[in-house]
Amino acid sequence: MTAALSARGLSKRYGTTTALDAVDLEVAPGELVGLLGPNGAGKSTLVKIACGLVRPTAGQAHVAGAAAGSRAARASTGYLAELFRFPGWARADEVLALHQRLARSDGGAAEREALLARVGLSGEGGRRVETMSKGMQQRLGIAQALIGAPRLVLLDEPTSALDPGGRRTVRDLLVGLREQGVGVLLNSHLLSEIELVCDRVVIIDGGRVVTEGRPQDLTAPGGVEVETSDGLRRLPDARREDVPRIVRELVDGGAEVYGVRVVTGTLEDAYLAAVVGRDG
Amino acid sequence: MSDALAIAGHSLREAVRRRVLLVVALLTAVFLGLYALAAFEVFESLEQTSGGAIVPIDERALAGGTLLGLAMFVALFLGVVLAVFLTLGAVRGDADRGLLQPLVVRPVGRTTLLVGRLLAASAVCALYVIAVFLLAALITRAAGDFTPASLVVPAAGLALGVVTVVAVSLLGSTVLGTTANGIAIFMVFAAGLAAGLLGQIGDALEVGALSTASSIISWIVPFEALYQNGLHALTSDIGGATGVIVQLGPFGGASDVSAAIWPWAVAWSAIVLALAALAFSRRDL
Repeated sequence: MTAALSARGLSKRYGTTTALDAVDLEVAPGELVGLLGPNGAGKSTLVKIACGLVRPTAGQAHVAGAAAGSRAARASTGYLAELFRFPGWARADEVLALHQRLARSDGGAAEREALLARVGLSGEGGRRVETMSKGMQQRLGIAQALIGAPRLVLLDEPTSALDPGGRRTVRDLLVGLREQGVGVLLNSHLLSEIELVCDRVVIIDGGRVVTEGRPQDLTAPGGVEVETSDGLRRLPDARREDVPRIVRELVDGGAEVYGVRVVTGTLEDAYLAAVVGRDG
Repeated sequence: MSDALAIAGHSLREAVRRRVLLVVALLTAVFLGLYALAAFEVFESLEQTSGGAIVPIDERALAGGTLLGLAMFVALFLGVVLAVFLTLGAVRGDADRGLLQPLVVRPVGRTTLLVGRLLAASAVCALYVIAVFLLAALITRAAGDFTPASLVVPAAGLALGVVTVVAVSLLGSTVLGTTANGIAIFMVFAAGLAAGLLGQIGDALEVGALSTASSIISWIVPFEALYQNGLHALTSDIGGATGVIVQLGPFGGASDVSAAIWPWAVAWSAIVLALAALAFSRRDL
């Protein structure tokens, strides 16, 4: 099956600065890939190359089989920029109608209403953008990115202005996209969100991919914590399989056991290990 | 073409909703009101004074030609202001504000986006300068029964002149930030007008080099040649000493420019737009 996004040896240099250095990346249809990295790592550059805003210095990117930036590729892409704005004078419905026309979507009013409902903006189609909160504008931006049923959705910090309810809405929406077979590349600093929703995580730093894998594979075990009558005992090398033996030994030794917790590492730990460890 | 029209419609809606056109209409009404006051006062004062000039002067033609020359200059100036403000941030400015990226990623060519902006701004500015000039001509006729030799040539020259400014402003917007582009376009406009005035001085003092330089510059920035041609057409039927005075004019010299200026101005705009499209296509956003 053709990848939603395929990048091979992608490099981008701005003068003497290397923003991307021979990056390989693939997003399969129906796959949610989280893109992580510190500021200036090259995440946005990668996303912009994928949607045709930036031309690579070397390498190739394809969207649904078409060269990134080509008309066919752009027709298959939905994009929400990190820093975007819609005209303040326009109504939400007008913004979506313009993008429908440019995306050659024949979904009409039904598609616009469905998309607004999907991002939690039901009944707000007649509202002018300048009267919307930043969070509402971000939701509108996500709705705009989904016009015309794209095969690849590129979201650059899509939840930065959203409250917890809005983030939940976007997570549900991303899960829905996965079920529809849409490939999603999610660029975010919110590691907990990526951990919750993404099938795979790619961490880049200094323009290079430093690690990638499933969130559960990247997070290391963190030992076992046991709450006993003598206080909290931490066993950093213990694993889940060791818990029955540990409890048995403690009870046999006369201790009262009140609780046991298997500690797992977080994506944040993995991220810091990959980025900070590499940098420092 | 459908996509370009969609972008043009979007730009026109923006001009209407942001009340740009309303403000322009109100300020233009103020200008036309003042122009009417001046025109009626001038022609009325002519009724009360008698000749006395050493050479025979047709005072009514002199007053009418000069007033309408002023109206033509103001129409061009306001049209250029409108053209610049509608387009000065079309590429870099809109990209810096994050307005452009959502549109560029759609399956619409970047050239199409530029053509859409050109169509919208050109339509607004061309209709505007034609309307201001024709209303001024009506006022002049009502005030002093003065009818220019031609209305079509000056009006068409003004319209095509502001289209060339729209094109060059779009080109500037691909490489310059909003403020820098605005300043650059106004300086180009001022340079064109200055060249026209220098040519006028050259003609009056019979300094050939100045006249030649002025002529070359007016073809490099064709809005100036179109303006000079329009001024000439306005008063080409006025002869004698009056004709000489009115052709020199206080707002740039009138000049009977070759008919080749019309296709040249169209081709010039197309070339400038093509350069803008090339610069835009190579620009990372």
